[in-house]
Amino acid sequence: MKLKKLLKTIGVLGASCTLALSSITANAQEDDTIKVGVLHSLSGTMAISETTLKDTMLMLIEEQNKKGGLLGKKLEPVVVDPASNWPLFAEKTRELLAQEKVDAIFGCWTSVSRKSVLPVVEELNGLLFYPVQYEGEESSRNVFYTGAAPNQQAIPAVDYLMNELEVKRWVLAGTDYVYPRTTNKILAAYLKAKGVADEDIMINYTPFGHSDWQNIVSDIKRFGSSGKKTAVVSTINGDANVPFYRELGNQGISAEDIPVVAFSVGEEELSGIDAKPLVGHMAAWNYFMSVDTDENNAFIDQWLAFIGDEDRVTNDPMEAHYIGFNMWVKAVEKAGTTDSDAVIDAIVGVEVPNLTGGTSKMLPNHHITKPVLLGEIQEDGQFLTVWETDGLVAGDAWSDYLEGSKDLKSDWVSLNCGNYNTKTKKCVGATAE
Amino acid sequence: MALLKKSVCLWIALAACLIALPCAYAQPQEPDEFATLVDELATGSLSKRGKTVDAIAATGHERAQAVLHALLQGSLQTTRSTPKQVVIETTNDVYVLAANGESVAAKALGRTKRIPIHNKLRSQIKTLMAQMNLSAVDAGVRQRAVEQMISDGVDSDSIELLQTLQSKESNTDVRDAMTAAIALAQLESSSAETRLTAVKILRGSLYPEVRGPLEAIAKHDSERSIRVEAQRSLDSIDGKLKMFRLGENIFFGLSLGSVLLLSAIGLAITFGVMGVINMAHGELMMIGAYTTWVIQQAFPNHIEYSLFMAIPAAFVVSGLVGIAIERGVIQFLYGRPLETLLATFGISLILQQAARSIFSPLNRAVSLPEWMSGSLQINPAFSITFNRLYILLFGLMVFFALLAVLKKTSLGLKVRAVSQNRPMARAVGVRASWVDAMTFGLGSGVAGIAGVALSQLTNVGPNLGQAYIIDSFMVVVFGGVGNLWGTLVSAMSLGVINKFMEPFAGAVLAKVLILVLLILFIQKKPKGLFPQKGRAAAD
Repeated sequence: MKLKKLLKTIGVLGASCTLALSSITANAQEDDTIKVGVLHSLSGTMAISETTLKDTMLMLIEEQNKKGGLLGKKLEPVVVDPASNWPLFAEKTRELLAQEKVDAIFGCWTSVSRKSVLPVVEELNGLLFYPVQYEGEESSRNVFYTGAAPNQQAIPAVDYLMNELEVKRWVLAGTDYVYPRTTNKILAAYLKAKGVADEDIMINYTPFGHSDWQNIVSDIKRFGSSGKKTAVVSTINGDANVPFYRELGNQGISAEDIPVVAFSVGEEELSGIDAKPLVGHMAAWNYFMSVDTDENNAFIDQWLAFIGDEDRVTNDPMEAHYIGFNMWVKAVEKAGTTDSDAVIDAIVGVEVPNLTGGTSKMLPNHHITKPVLLGEIQEDGQFLTVWETDGLVAGDAWSDYLEGSKDLKSDWVSLNCGNYNTKTKKCVGATAE
Repeated sequence: MALLKKSVCLWIALAACLIALPCAYAQPQEPDEFATLVDELATGSLSKRGKTVDAIAATGHERAQAVLHALLQGSLQTTRSTPKQVVIETTNDVYVLAANGESVAAKALGRTKRIPIHNKLRSQIKTLMAQMNLSAVDAGVRQRAVEQMISDGVDSDSIELLQTLQSKESNTDVRDAMTAAIALAQLESSSAETRLTAVKILRGSLYPEVRGPLEAIAKHDSERSIRVEAQRSLDSIDGKLKMFRLGENIFFGLSLGSVLLLSAIGLAITFGVMGVINMAHGELMMIGAYTTWVIQQAFPNHIEYSLFMAIPAAFVVSGLVGIAIERGVIQFLYGRPLETLLATFGISLILQQAARSIFSPLNRAVSLPEWMSGSLQINPAFSITFNRLYILLFGLMVFFALLAVLKKTSLGLKVRAVSQNRPMARAVGVRASWVDAMTFGLGSGVAGIAGVALSQLTNVGPNLGQAYIIDSFMVVVFGGVGNLWGTLVSAMSLGVINKFMEPFAGAVLAKVLILVLLILFIQKKPKGLFPQKGRAAAD
């Protein structure tokens, strides 16, 4: 072999030889690799959050390859950049599934991008693993929701405030788009079901990137000075948070007076801001970097080594990708093939360890079980866990607190339907809202 | 009977022991007990830490206050090595032992970890500290202590304490706060007379905690006369609150206006005076904001003064980038607004992506200097936040400085000459292309300065500029192109209109309404509030 190679090298020019060799290896790769699509924005407004998830996927794939790949084949990541542009998400998905023929896609962040991708994934029968907490009210045969549904984040957080902190008045503040609007709708219905009066709920929406919070914070201050304990449940999106918390701090509202519980503020967002004005405010997630388990410490070490920067942090959607990727690997091993239909059948019931010391399971409604943690923000931008659910909470696709949604049930195993109406005993199908 | 006698004897002996013990041993043992308690803070659960905090406060030790204060501030730290030492970080990397205040070398400690506390503990400490601080030397601290007591609720024990302290109090503000605190507690008194005086004392009191109990009395008190008085007190409070809300809203509006002014004023020069539609204006602000961050990173120990360095630095950096843009692209496109618009839009995308590549897509943390945070408390219902106040003043300063440059300097004269009549200016010997570059650089530099101010209000990230570009154009068009005073008036009025609309229309709708009003206004007066007159306005 060596001699042959040597002869060959003598025979042809060095440059053309390397060219030939590399093309041979490239050919070889195409035949026995499994392609994994990574669909996260690397430019545009969402790059701030999504770039990290792309890196997470590359790390997970590299790690799996070190362990010998999957089904005896190497995994090959195919990274595309949908550039925070919702229609482009759909185009890139089509490219991944039709041209690149990837076996699974890990991606999307915003709900709009997921809604844009959904019809393409269903049409081409692909697999999409969606790692971000979302508003629920959706269940697709081809999508696996590894982030939190509202009952895995919002509802337990409100329960904590109500029971432990005895909060009586509620400010539901959010950025004006689909996730906060639906979540707040569910929360308002939930609070009213718990006997909170209309006048004790204040709902406020602001545009994306809102930066002038002066009179909204002043309104919150006034709303909270009635003598009843008040809390803010915030679905304010990324960039608008910094000016919001700064204004709270400057107007002298401390976390002990009016705590803010956020669903979109995690370690990554906190690493880009001066956390001092946020100390004591809370966030509800299914994972904190500060959770001290062996799995988590190993994951953090692996991440810091992969990214080569000691100051980087880990966050909840990264854990969701970790869980989702491991579930997919297990399901492919179980099915013995990467064929979509076989994996969809195999993945339900698959259990993998999460990073907070439990075992998450894929449910028939394509959501997973997760613990819910409540943490207070510390000065170093990390969370101090102050409360967690006793066990794991099963993700619920259709909220039990919304008219029209509470009768719906999703079960892709026994019912083969994402929105089965338990009253009319019919699968609503694509017409369901 | 004998047994009883015996047990009584035993009791007496025991009691004697108990009394004797503290007398005999208290002095030498107290510091040790305190030190043990302080060490206990480092370990155990949060709820245990709460009990330890109570115990520490109960010792009455001279360092108790310092330790609790450090715990609250997050400067109470513990070493990672065992045995754990509890230290206070007084300034960066300077440590003293928490228990006795002796200084220790940072090296001897190794890496330290902050002792975490949560909200429950935080409010517990604040309440404990309030009672300790009631007799503090600084009047401001006493004032805050009383206010803390008001918000915690005053019980009968603290009424007596407050009453004795009040008779000794020299500061009128603190005395007034104490009066309010006592009266608030007396509202629950069983004596009708006490309640009546309390209700009268609280007339016009602006503490937010007062309104609730007064309202309850106005509705449910058994005595009719007290109900009437309470209602009167409430009306007087509401009247005052209304007035202060108006004042607050005007300030909010002016403050928003000052941000608009800062972001638009650079554009007022490049767009207003030169007529260049510069879509990269927002990114020039972004560059200014990033400059602030870089300066803070370069001098981490001088955060307090970093802004004063950042202002000239941002002016220079953004100005140079502006000149580069003008020389490299815009100078070839004068008189072709559509191409300029597209080219500068492209530049804005390039600059954004450059920021992403250089600084990462994540936002950068620019810290607020101490003097920029907090608020100027005028009364409990009305306070002005310092950062907004300074930015308002700063915006006006920049405006007048720019006005002076344009009106009083030779550069200003040339800028005006070129913008009014280019061929004639060249005929009298003005280097028009040099003036173009300088003017664009000036406008860009001012955008950089605006970026420094914005870094104190919002995120420093690649998307910073996008959020302000539309608003900037809106302000310049509304004010009248080419008129700096117009920009000032339009920024301030848009700010105030916005803030008066927001409370009932909501933030989203207020923005839409402003745009609709602006469109209607432009229909009526296409040249803005202050149109340019004369020959220059003809084209």
